[in-house]
Amino acid sequence: MFIIKALVEKVIELKNHIFILKIFSPEIASIINPGEFLNVKVSDSNYPLLRRPFSICDAEGDFIFLMFNIFGEGTKILAHKHKGDLIDILGPLGKGFNLLGDFDTAILVAGGLGVAPFPYFIRKIGKSKEIHSFIGGKTDKDIITYGMKNITISTDDGSLGIRGNVVELLEQNVENLKSKRIKIFGCGPNAMLRELRELSIKHNLNCEVSTECAMACGFGICQGCPIESVNHPDKYLLVCKDGPVFNMRDIVI
Amino acid sequence: MKKADLSVQVGPLKFRNPVLLASGTVGYGSEMSEFIDLNLIGGIVTKSLSLKPRKGNPPQRIVETPAGMLNAIGLQNVGVEEFIKEKIPFLKKFDVPLICNIAASTYEEYVECTKILTQEDAITAFEINVSCPNVKEGGLQFGNDVKAVGKITAGVKAVTNKPVIMKLSPNVSYISLFAKVVKEEGGDAVSAINTLVGTAFNIITRKPKIYNVNGGLSGPAIKPIALAKVLEIRQSVDIPIIGIGGIMNWQDVIEFIIAGSSAIQLGTVNFIDPAAATTIIKGLEDFCMKQGIEKISELTGSFII
Repeated sequence: MFIIKALVEKVIELKNHIFILKIFSPEIASIINPGEFLNVKVSDSNYPLLRRPFSICDAEGDFIFLMFNIFGEGTKILAHKHKGDLIDILGPLGKGFNLLGDFDTAILVAGGLGVAPFPYFIRKIGKSKEIHSFIGGKTDKDIITYGMKNITISTDDGSLGIRGNVVELLEQNVENLKSKRIKIFGCGPNAMLRELRELSIKHNLNCEVSTECAMACGFGICQGCPIESVNHPDKYLLVCKDGPVFNMRDIVI
Repeated sequence: MKKADLSVQVGPLKFRNPVLLASGTVGYGSEMSEFIDLNLIGGIVTKSLSLKPRKGNPPQRIVETPAGMLNAIGLQNVGVEEFIKEKIPFLKKFDVPLICNIAASTYEEYVECTKILTQEDAITAFEINVSCPNVKEGGLQFGNDVKAVGKITAGVKAVTNKPVIMKLSPNVSYISLFAKVVKEEGGDAVSAINTLVGTAFNIITRKPKIYNVNGGLSGPAIKPIALAKVLEIRQSVDIPIIGIGGIMNWQDVIEFIIAGSSAIQLGTVNFIDPAAATTIIKGLEDFCMKQGIEKISELTGSFII
């Protein structure tokens, strides 16, 4: 775990208000795993006060990449960063995806900005497994395909891909995919994750999801990010430390 | 040049420097030890303990506000038994005073927790949380009641020989009345302040952003309030004060000491910069050297009004 001031290499706008931040950080790039995250202080001032958690989007050579949309003050400031600016990063944090294990095909299911952790996932898994990406959004404006592979798309309004949500899209394809040894990896809004849970139970599929929760510290001391545990209903798990990636069977969303 | 003496005395307690880590912002030490050498800080105040484990509040527990944050964790903790079995052995490895924070739902529970924990040699002192705003029963209901705070102080003191610090609520008209009763009932010090009651709404859903509706406001936003409360206590009651409230850097620490604090606690800043204590201690050393202050304790209550 590091706390470092890292140099911004560039900020790229992928599409309306969705950005990639490229940061020079050999220390983090060399050790971070897909699904882990960084807690970023966007400025030295007291407003915004807290760090902002971002899952690692990609890492290549000495650089790390974060994906974000403009959501509030913090992300607005990030979007205006320039080459040579310093940002304060704490990480790598949390537990990421389990890329090993008994599967030959990874089914990636992303809702909106939920694609964020997958480019690095795809890079790390390389050619060792087959990848199918299912990406959904409200409209074509929300669809991000950056770094994704073997893509099928759905939108709620039908403006791109099939009309419907991304879990319905997966449902239509799941029978064909079941001939392979598959494992599902999901990231997106809770409503999507809940449907994904139903689907994975119905088809008896192994499924890992990356979750999200408001948090302050990112490393377990503020206890601000609880998530219900299936195995221990008398105590919460923490998204920051026990997750953010969980096996779907272990948590209640 | 001779190094400045940062050691401070808080009633019967001696700390190597005035920088303590506040309850609920340092867990049980293990996470923080990855970022700072716990042997170098003044002391650790552990997460509030209740007799039995508490699950805490459902999410959302945290929301950021201008220059601050609201939290409603709901006193999630492992309970006294697991604390003794699982957490104390780790904390014992460090040469740092351990202040054990207790938060209970009843008078009897405060006393019972203290009675059990006082047998642990590793615990240096107790901080009694009578001011948590985030649970339905206990905490603030005591913190708002001078008689209850007096009764708890006396009850806890009766079952331990270790120093007892009462952590006071700022959500009262006159905090000094509470400090006075703590002194009368034999309390060794007060820590001031706990968080302020606050809330925030989502303007689309019209629902509170925090599940518990109210949360405790902390961070730099509350620093001026905390300073005023410390000053109020200092000016009316002769009891050692541990200052808390939005401290972000060494300059803030000096301000709290001038206002009357013998020591201070870092809270919210630990979430943002878990290594803040180290930087702040260094800053205090440099300041004292530059100002020719031999002992930082000389500054306590040195305000000129």
